[in-house]
Amino acid sequence: MKKSGTYLLNQPMDMDTRNALSDQAVPPAARWQKWQDAVFHKVTLGFALFAFLVLAGILVSLAIGAWPAFKSFGLPFLTTVEWDPVNDRYGALIAISGTLTTSFIALLIAFPVSFGIALFLTEICPVWLKRPMGTAIELLAGVPSIIYGMWGLFIFAPLFADYVQPTLAATLGRLPVIGTLFTGPMMGIGILTAGIILAIMIVPFISSVMRDVFEVVPAVLKESAYALGCTKWEVVRKIVLPYTRSGVIGGVMLGLGRALGETMAVTFVIGNANKLSWSLFAAGNSIASTLANEFAEAESTLHHSSLFALGLILFGITLVVLIGSKLMLRKMAKKEGLK
Amino acid sequence: MRLRSLAKAAMLALSVAWLVSGCGSSEITGAGATFPYPIYSKWAETYKNTTKIGLNYQSIGSGGGIKQIKAKTVDFGASDMPLSEADLKESGLMQFPAIMGGVVPVVNLEGVQPGQLKLTGAVLADIYLGKITKWNAPQIAKINPDVKLPATDITVVHRADGSGTSFLWTDYLSKTNPDFKTKVGSGTAVKWPVGVGGKGNEGVAANVQRIAGSIGYVEYAYAKRNAIPHAQLQNHDGKFVQPSDASFKAAAAGADWANTPGFGVVLTDQAGAASWPITGASFILMHKTQENAEKAKEVLKFFDWAYTNGGAMATELDYVALPDAVVAQVRQAWKTQLADANGKPIW
Repeated sequence: MKKSGTYLLNQPMDMDTRNALSDQAVPPAARWQKWQDAVFHKVTLGFALFAFLVLAGILVSLAIGAWPAFKSFGLPFLTTVEWDPVNDRYGALIAISGTLTTSFIALLIAFPVSFGIALFLTEICPVWLKRPMGTAIELLAGVPSIIYGMWGLFIFAPLFADYVQPTLAATLGRLPVIGTLFTGPMMGIGILTAGIILAIMIVPFISSVMRDVFEVVPAVLKESAYALGCTKWEVVRKIVLPYTRSGVIGGVMLGLGRALGETMAVTFVIGNANKLSWSLFAAGNSIASTLANEFAEAESTLHHSSLFALGLILFGITLVVLIGSKLMLRKMAKKEGLK
Repeated sequence: MRLRSLAKAAMLALSVAWLVSGCGSSEITGAGATFPYPIYSKWAETYKNTTKIGLNYQSIGSGGGIKQIKAKTVDFGASDMPLSEADLKESGLMQFPAIMGGVVPVVNLEGVQPGQLKLTGAVLADIYLGKITKWNAPQIAKINPDVKLPATDITVVHRADGSGTSFLWTDYLSKTNPDFKTKVGSGTAVKWPVGVGGKGNEGVAANVQRIAGSIGYVEYAYAKRNAIPHAQLQNHDGKFVQPSDASFKAAAAGADWANTPGFGVVLTDQAGAASWPITGASFILMHKTQENAEKAKEVLKFFDWAYTNGGAMATELDYVALPDAVVAQVRQAWKTQLADANGKPIW
C-alpha cells in the first residue's frame, strides 16, 4: 500500500489524474501529504499574521500612549517649538526637524560615497581585492551603533571642531544664504556631526545593496555597450543604473530608514539641546535622541505622553518614506512602459 | 534498577534543595535613582555576604522608580527628588532619605587650577541663562581678582536626560537667582535656554573635557574620581567653600528634617558657614500599607543595617551618610508610618 502511494506521488501528474484521484479513494501517503501541506500553510500564515499583529499592536499602544498629548495640544503639537518639562508644555518641531535634517545630511553624503564604492567593487576593482573589500564593508555594517557614538564623541568631534569646522566656516560660511548654516560656536558636536556620523553608519548598508544589484546586470548588456565603444561611465550611466534603479532606490531607503531611527550614536553627538537653529554647527535633538534621553525620568503624564507622540510621529515619518519610495518606483515603472 | 532509584533520589534531593534555596534566599527588589546606585549595590553585596539576603536594585532613573513603586512591582522605589506631601498622600507612600551626595560645577578653562575659580549661584544662573557669555565678564572677574580669566566664550553643558542631579542644580540656581526661577525653574528636566546636553554624568563630563571654555555640573563622586577641575561656590552665608565630605555634612546638619513632611528636605543653599550649597539626599519610597509585611520588614532591615554599618562604605565611594539624628527620626517614622494590612506596625 505504502509503496504504491509513493509510486503515485513520484509520478508527474496532470490535472486530470489529480482530479480523478481526489474522487477515488486517496492513498494514505497522499492524504498525509495533503494534510501536511495544509498544516504548513496554516503555520506560515500564522507567522505572517503574527508580524502584522505585532505591528498593529505597537501602533495601537503608541497611539493610546500619545493620546493625552494630542488631546491637550492638538495638531499644533507638530509645529510648536517648545519643550518645557517644568511648565509641562511640549511641541515636536525641534525633534522632527532634527531627525529630518540629520537624515538628509546623512543621505546627501552617503549616497555618492556608496555609489562610488559599489561601482568600484563591481566594475573597476581587481578580482583579488573584491573579496576583502566587500567583507570589510559588510563588517562595517555590523558595528554596533554605540561604538559609532563613542568614536564620534571622543575622536571624531574634537578633530571636526579643530580642523573641519573652521575650514567650513571660512569657506562655505562666507557664502550668502547658505552661509548661515555654517556659523556659530564650533563645538564639534551638533546637527552636522550627527549627520556625518549617520552617513558613515549607513554607507555600508547602501553600498552593499547597490553592489549586489549592480552584480546582477547581465554581462551581455555591458559587454555590448563596451563593444560599441562606451566608456566605463557611459556603461554605468546608460546600462547599469537604468537596469538596477529599483534596487538602488531600495538600498537608499534602507539607509534612510536606519538614519531616521538611529538612537544611540545620534544621542552621543547631536548635542541634545531642545533648540531650533539655522546653524548646522548648533546642538539640536532628534526624535530618537529625545526619547532615549527623557523616557526614564519623564514623570508627568503629559511629558510621558508627548514622548509617545514623538514615537508615533517617527513611525509616521518612516511609513511616509516607505510609501514614497514605493510610489516613486511605481511611477518609474510606468514611465518605462511608455518608452 | 538500583542505579535508577539512585538517580531518582538524587533528582528529588536536587529539586528539594532548589526549592529550599528558592525560599531561603529571598530577594528584595528596588528600582529608581541612578545617583545612589553604586552605594546601594556596594551595600547590597556586603549585606548579602552577612545575611544571605540579596537586593536587586535597578537604576532606571527616579521617574521610573516612582512609577514602579506606584505600580507595586518593586518593594521600594528610589528618587533623588523628594515627592511632595500631597503626592505622597495621594499615592499612599512614605518617604525617607537613605544617602546624601553633592553636585559640583566643573570647568574646562586654560590656566585655571582645579578649585581655584570662585562662582556664586547668581553668576552661575546668569551663565546658564546665556546672559554671561565670556569668561572675562565683569561679574566673574569681580569675584576672582586673583585669577587671570581668558576672553573665551563660555559653552554651557547640561544634562540631556532627566536627572536628580539636574534637579539639585536648577533648584540651587532658582534659589539664588529670581530670573532663573521665573524663566527656567527647577526640575529633573528643564527647558535650558543655552548650551549642549550630555547623557548622564559621563556625557556631561565628556563634553566639558572636550570643549574649551565650557562649564557643566556632575556629581561630586564622579568629578573626584575622574579628576575633573571643579569650581568653588559661595554658600548661603556668603562664604566660598570647596566641595568635600565635611561641607556636605555641614549642609545636612543645618537642615530642619523633623518638621519637613516625608523628610523632603532639599539641601541646596543651606545656612552654615561650611555648607556646600548643592547638597542633596536620595530618597526611598515605600507603601504605607504593606500587603507583604515580611518583605517590607526585610527592606527596613536592609536600610537599618546600612544606616548602622554603611557609613564607611559611603565615604569610600564619596557619598555622605545621614547625620545620626536624622537616622533616629527615620527609624521612628518607620514605626509610626508603616503598617501591614491589619494596621499592625511592621518595624
